Amino acid sequence: MKYLEGQVRIPSGCAISAVISKEGKRMTGENIIKSMIPMHDRSNGLGGGFAGYGIYPEYREFYAMHMFFDDMSRRTDCENFLKEGFEIVKSEPIPTRKHPNITDVPVIMRYFVSPLKSVLSAKQLDEKEFVARSVIKINSLIDGCYCFSSGKNMGAFKAVGFPEDVGVFYCLDEYEGYSWTAHGRYPTNTPGWWGGAHPFALLDYSIVHNGEISSYDANRRYIEMFGYRCTLKTDTEVITYIMDYLLRKKGLTLKEAASVIAAPFWSTIEDMEEKEKEKLTYLRKTFSGLLVTGPFSIILGFEGGLMALNDRLKLRSMVVGEKEDKVYIASEEAAIRTMEPEAENIYAPEGGEAVIVKVKEGCY
Amino acid sequence: MLTIEAGQLDFLKLNEAVRSSADDCVINGCLGQRFIAAGLKGKNVIINGVPGNALGAYLDGAKVEVFGNAQDAVGDTMDGGEIIVRGSVGDAAGYAMRGGRIFVKGNAGYRAGIHMKAYKEKLPVMVIGGTAGSFLGEYQAGGIIIVIGIDIGEKNIVGAFPCTGMHGGKMYLRSDCKKIKFPGQVHARKASYEDMQEIEGYISEFCEIFGYGKDEIFNSYFTVVTPDSKNPYKQMYVAN
Repeated sequence: MKYLEGQVRIPSGCAISAVISKEGKRMTGENIIKSMIPMHDRSNGLGGGFAGYGIYPEYREFYAMHMFFDDMSRRTDCENFLKEGFEIVKSEPIPTRKHPNITDVPVIMRYFVSPLKSVLSAKQLDEKEFVARSVIKINSLIDGCYCFSSGKNMGAFKAVGFPEDVGVFYCLDEYEGYSWTAHGRYPTNTPGWWGGAHPFALLDYSIVHNGEISSYDANRRYIEMFGYRCTLKTDTEVITYIMDYLLRKKGLTLKEAASVIAAPFWSTIEDMEEKEKEKLTYLRKTFSGLLVTGPFSIILGFEGGLMALNDRLKLRSMVVGEKEDKVYIASEEAAIRTMEPEAENIYAPEGGEAVIVKVKEGCY
Repeated sequence: MLTIEAGQLDFLKLNEAVRSSADDCVINGCLGQRFIAAGLKGKNVIINGVPGNALGAYLDGAKVEVFGNAQDAVGDTMDGGEIIVRGSVGDAAGYAMRGGRIFVKGNAGYRAGIHMKAYKEKLPVMVIGGTAGSFLGEYQAGGIIIVIGIDIGEKNIVGAFPCTGMHGGKMYLRSDCKKIKFPGQVHARKASYEDMQEIEGYISEFCEIFGYGKDEIFNSYFTVVTPDSKNPYKQMYVAN
């Protein structure tokens, strides 16, 4: 009997990588694809993906919904659902190339949409909340439909395959963005399937993750109290919802959100100055259910920036480098050197140290 | 001397070339290839570029020199030989090494020297020129870790939680370590004359390799850390 992925356990790995231009200069996806080549052996071909920011300037006012459908009939179901709440200004298949290593391809579509004002006022919801709820509805209630990207002027692209093949498959060399993140997957406890590849995105937040969340179920139960639904059969998804909850709904700063998920040890907090101690104690106590334990290195993408973060014990590797207006982040220095051989100030952030890079205001 | 242009060469092919060469090797343009010189003996390997993870794993007597930074797990479980890195190293350098020497000019990441051990004539030594990250010498069971902290200014010579679970070996830190918190089962004190005699040769070698003056380094304040008891787990599980 042949066991399918998901019925057998394959031990861990994963690779992440990112680049951002602080000047908002747009780069094609070619370089970020290349960065995954020296890290090939960190993945096993069961998932690869990318997120690009600033890639849809001509539709910047519209939410770009990227969808997988199991078949064409699912597509009709989903479009009927979308039409109830959104004006669809454009719908089209996401352009792909035939690639010998990318098979079992679902129906892949994108919709540029705008929530209907009448629906928003009837439901008394702001735009982002309505979009987020719609994405959660699609993923949890409409069978065979998965919305894997839903932000403005950004997009996630993912598949089962090695990341360097996935990038070619999605023609990322034809997009231009001011920042890119990438992921090569080596699934640990969960199946390698199209919806389970990284990045995991909601609104403009996207997460690529190397690691394994020991606290997954505690985090999931907590975050599902606020209407999120973890439906994609893998742990990383929950981090995306946690970041959306902390940043958008609770209004925390990036640094504060980082101190919630990678909270310092009580013994470290004990030694801090009074004001800092008070703040971190408050964050740990208030959001104790959102402490993410176990090994992780993540890169959060958002409109106008990136944040890289390691778990507080730093059980995964991550390196940062820069050159001129660009900042590079990756699991291995070799990936950074592939993107920029002359990268400078190479350093490894400490466990729990958030590295936040923002594009100059007005340049994205 | 065999010269290998690494570029995007697969790590298997690169390592096969190194292994099958009867002669010393120079690897140019190295870019993340893993396991270079794994288990190797009787050869010198020079690497220009960035070698991948587990450089010199199970090294068995060969000498490896890197002109650049190295990534994670340098000298993983190495048994003999020498690794010189003229840049910095990633996490878990010297992981479970039980023989040979590692000399790093720059900094080491987290968990350097985790589970280093010694046995009979095997005494592993790791010398780090800059700073070491958190959990230095975690579960250290033997061998010598030396951190010199050259030009680190106000920075701490080692990150948080050094020597966690340390139960053998010795650690030398060129600092008074006033700001460093050590766990209860280790003892930190100023290095004595005898302590320094033990590492004079390693310091000399380090200075010779990287071109530093020995006297200034050797005559500084060193803190020595050793486990407090021969049986650190006493009373932890059972009263024995």
